[in-house]
Amino acid sequence: MHLDLTHLGKKVLDEKLPDITDFVRTYLGIDPSVNPVPIQPTAHYTMGGIPTDVDGRVIMDEKNTPLPGLYAAGECATVSVHGANRLGTNSLVDLVVFGRRSGKHAALYVKNTDFIPLPKKPEDGIQATISDLYSGTGTESVAKIRLELQNDMMDNASVYRNQKMLINAKNKLLELKKRYKNIALGDKSKQFNMELFEALELGFLLELASVLVESAVNRTESRGAHYREDFSKRDDTNWLKHTLAYKAGDKIDFRYKPVVITKYLPKERKY
Amino acid sequence: MKVTYKILRFDPEKDKKPYFKDYDVEVEPTDRILDGLNIIKWYQDSTLSYRRSCAHGICGSDAMEINGVNKLACKVLIQNVGSHITIKPIRGLRVIKDLIVDMEPFFEKYRSIKPYLINDDSLPTHERLQSVEDREIFDDTTKCILCASCTSSCPSFWWNSMYLGPSALVQAHRFIFDSRDHGADERLEIVNDLNGIWRCRTIFNCVDACPREIKITKAIEELKRALLHKHL
Repeated sequence: MHLDLTHLGKKVLDEKLPDITDFVRTYLGIDPSVNPVPIQPTAHYTMGGIPTDVDGRVIMDEKNTPLPGLYAAGECATVSVHGANRLGTNSLVDLVVFGRRSGKHAALYVKNTDFIPLPKKPEDGIQATISDLYSGTGTESVAKIRLELQNDMMDNASVYRNQKMLINAKNKLLELKKRYKNIALGDKSKQFNMELFEALELGFLLELASVLVESAVNRTESRGAHYREDFSKRDDTNWLKHTLAYKAGDKIDFRYKPVVITKYLPKERKY
Repeated sequence: MKVTYKILRFDPEKDKKPYFKDYDVEVEPTDRILDGLNIIKWYQDSTLSYRRSCAHGICGSDAMEINGVNKLACKVLIQNVGSHITIKPIRGLRVIKDLIVDMEPFFEKYRSIKPYLINDDSLPTHERLQSVEDREIFDDTTKCILCASCTSSCPSFWWNSMYLGPSALVQAHRFIFDSRDHGADERLEIVNDLNGIWRCRTIFNCVDACPREIKITKAIEELKRALLHKHL
């Protein structure tokens, strides 16, 4: 598939889209003012999923109860101004408006809050995780598991999904999580250990992927960025609600939060 | 195609001094230098350490010396370098590990030129508008991504690490020539120093190194002229 930008002309491309134009020239050796550009789907933005209120406070249940002291803003957060799909250029709202509101609120919170007592040895959990990774003697590598995770999520849980694909993805994730317990680090150094960093990150990616896949299995409708080939219509009767995911041992508990509708009614996107 | 990476390695936890290590890698000609580094790290030698993040020339994390010239590893294709690729950390900053250098002195100089809007007028109700012509005056210097390719390619900086360096001066230019900003005078005094603009000897290494093609030497000359006009 190609994107034809030639009608814009060299001047407009250089002045209004300098970065995109530079990417095409650098990586493809193509001048987009002369030739069409080959394109493919990619992850351009993360519609985060950490639920917050309008002050960036992370909320922890169906009743919008804030988790004191924890804030999220930007791509990681879901304030819910975008509905089920962020449209082009609207990321600025998350950055400029809710970044600012969260910062202001966090500053106010810090001013009026004393240190809370810490549990005994709060660092124990993460230290155990890290020392397990250092002492792992398994046969699996971080890079190989991550590559399989990337391929599987691209094949089975990306733009178009159906029950069969998502169940495949779910099973693959179970396998990868099992194998993840059997990884070994080649780099045992303590300073700037980027492999350790990648290993920790992979653990989180596996958990996030499970949340994504399992909530997509549950949601038997299509809405916003979630498109089910086997349930192609929006179903407001059963699914006009937010998904909340909770870690419960090795499993995920799902709960649902009602959608607050004020001025604008949710509508089908017809373009 | 098969290429050889020759990489300057150093791990302070076990090495007394840096040494070169060779890696043979199978890559596509259209792969980036960074892709080859990733193949080495992920499938050959996971101890190899370097910074990378966005991988398309925006974040500025992976500046390194590639065949003698400072470049971003993610913005150079293998086919433009050939099959023998020598990689070293950027110069003039302390090596922490392999290709990772201590960027703190670099960012300290960046902070010293006050890289933020200075304007004590009462808050406007709408945006502070700027004409297209006024914006064009400093458009070039807004493109800096703070990768340190320029500063670490500058012989004046290698010789004297107190020198503010091209990157900090580019940033000073970006604010000094912004019509919405009122901090020009105080910033011009900061760069009016033996270790400020006057340390620039117009060597042009910075211009060659900049992955954003900023006309750095021109920007520094514009600062010198602004100071001259201010004091004449």
